Amino acid sequence: MKAPRLELLTGLFVLLGIAAIGWLTVKLGARALVGGDTYVIEARFDNAGGLNAGSNVVVAGVPVGRVESIRVDEADFSAIATLRVLAGLKLPSDTMASIKTTGLIGDKYVALSPGADESTLSPGERITMTESSVDLESLIGKMAFGSLDKDSPE
Amino acid sequence: MSARDSGILLKAEGVHKRFGDHVVLAGADLEVPRGSVVTVLGRSGTGKSVFLKCLAGILTPEAGSMRFDGAALDQGDAAARAEFRRRCGYLFQSNALFDSLTALENVVLPLEQTTDLPDKEIQERGMEALRQLDLEAHRDRHPAELSGGMQKRLALARAIVTRPELVLFDEPTAGLDPLRRNAVFTMIAKYQRQFSFTAVIVTHDVAEALVASDSVALLDGGRMRFQGAPAAFSASDDPVVKGFRDSAAALSETLHALRRGENIESDES
Amino acid sequence: MLRALGRHTLSIVHDLGDYALFTTRAFGAVMRTRRLGRRLARSVYEQGARCLPVILVVGLFTGLVLGLQGYYVLNRFGSEGLLGTLVSLTLVRELGPVLAALMLVGQAGSALAAELGIQRNSEQIAALETMGVGTHGYLVTPRVVSALLVYPMQAALFVCVGLVGGALSGSWLLGLSPGVYWSAVERALEPRDVSQCLTKAAVFGLLTISLCAYHGFNTHRLRSATGARAVSASTTRAVVQSSIVVLCADYVITSFFV
Repeated sequence: MKAPRLELLTGLFVLLGIAAIGWLTVKLGARALVGGDTYVIEARFDNAGGLNAGSNVVVAGVPVGRVESIRVDEADFSAIATLRVLAGLKLPSDTMASIKTTGLIGDKYVALSPGADESTLSPGERITMTESSVDLESLIGKMAFGSLDKDSPE
Repeated sequence: MSARDSGILLKAEGVHKRFGDHVVLAGADLEVPRGSVVTVLGRSGTGKSVFLKCLAGILTPEAGSMRFDGAALDQGDAAARAEFRRRCGYLFQSNALFDSLTALENVVLPLEQTTDLPDKEIQERGMEALRQLDLEAHRDRHPAELSGGMQKRLALARAIVTRPELVLFDEPTAGLDPLRRNAVFTMIAKYQRQFSFTAVIVTHDVAEALVASDSVALLDGGRMRFQGAPAAFSASDDPVVKGFRDSAAALSETLHALRRGENIESDES
Repeated sequence: MLRALGRHTLSIVHDLGDYALFTTRAFGAVMRTRRLGRRLARSVYEQGARCLPVILVVGLFTGLVLGLQGYYVLNRFGSEGLLGTLVSLTLVRELGPVLAALMLVGQAGSALAAELGIQRNSEQIAALETMGVGTHGYLVTPRVVSALLVYPMQAALFVCVGLVGGALSGSWLLGLSPGVYWSAVERALEPRDVSQCLTKAAVFGLLTISLCAYHGFNTHRLRSATGARAVSASTTRAVVQSSIVVLCADYVITSFFV
């Protein structure tokens, strides 16, 4: 192996490697970094089962932020999710937050449905109008028992 | 010659080395005057190479003291060891050339790795060493593409490129025919004068050793049985020295005895 | 019996300490080695460019298979849209660094162990010592340092072609829209996943290459064999132990990250 060829191949490999790492980190891995300024709001849920830090926050199906953290409110044992959303997005104060699922067993995400209020949510404010995670098992149970109830009187 | 020049360059005393239960060296001594060629003789398996490797620091002896150029050379003294290595070259019996490097790369490697000389000067000195050993034309060949004699020369070029004061030769003639043996000793003698280094040669070729060296030592039973001038070696009536010196005669006697049908006990271990 | 157990334990502890010392010395020699850059470039070539084809091929096929298998599993639940999530998380978190490391052990690690073993056998390492060349700095340091750089790159390349492979089998063969796939990939990956991938790869590189170098370098210490057999024995040991180490370290690192 001649030295220039060796150097060429080595250099080529290093370039490729750096490109691959760059693609992974910048394009795929670090969306939190892109998109510019953000601010934080909170949402109170009765049940945040299945929601994780990092889950998406969407408005009308468009991702606008992510769940930053989830904790339990010590006063009433509800779940408080901290949402980080794009600063450009002024959400009305009667915005509703619901936890939804992609597909039947997919990821959980937070869908925000903006209301019509004039005033907007300022950073750190809390959304209280929420819909919690749908508990799949209890839903199936309800459906099953519900149909039984309907049928039995007749 | 200054007082320093005339002194003893390397002095080893009481070198002990064992491998497991097998004692190889039991207090071997050697004196190497500056600028001389010292030959260590001995039968195969008497530990000549082990002794040389202890001198070079490739093996660590259990006991013994060494002085190099008047300064003590302790095994544990890393700085003194490094200094010794810088001033000492070693020629392996197997040549130990780097088989994936070309001839020139082999020669310049010690310069590249142990000096801060500029690249250009390193290449020049490497080429100079190759030129002196008539290997200039083979600079881009790999060791495997060279003949045995060229490999030996290349190994010598690599050993002397750092301009050492002392070069240790481990069986430089092992496995060579008499003509080649002569050539190797001639080569050593020639370059020893040309580069004025001190040489220690380990060999079992008595005849060549007596001609080529200034001092001869005989290793037997883990100790130096004899060290002195070649003339004294030839004249010595020590039985072991005699036995070794007259081994050719002894061989013919043994063969005659065998032919006569006598039962000969081999003393070769 | 009990004594044998104790002796065995002691020898394992001794070997581990010896290996740790070996690796530490390799790093200690970073500053003392002259012209390290050139040796480093050579090692990057050996571990990088020369192993790239195998990484790309294995990566592509891993992605293709993941796409196929994942598609059929997800299809049962009507969640084909999650194919990108499945492929990307599997590749980035686990298969990328682990499989890339195993491939590199097979190609670069075994070559390194055999090369050092032969150099030890033919007294080339002893020759370096007599020249006063730091054997660790010359032979081991460039390999280990380059592994720290090359392994993450190889893992990233593996993941990239794997993702493409997943997309190919998902959209080409099975009719999933590429947009759905790639958006799922983008949604699934977090910075933490990527850093986990790169950390794993770097740790695997450090462990396997130093282990392979250790076994090759100490070929002469093998009691069981000498000569060519010793080289083959130490190479085998290097590859087997490195492969085990990759999987063990993978478990440990994963448990730290999760």
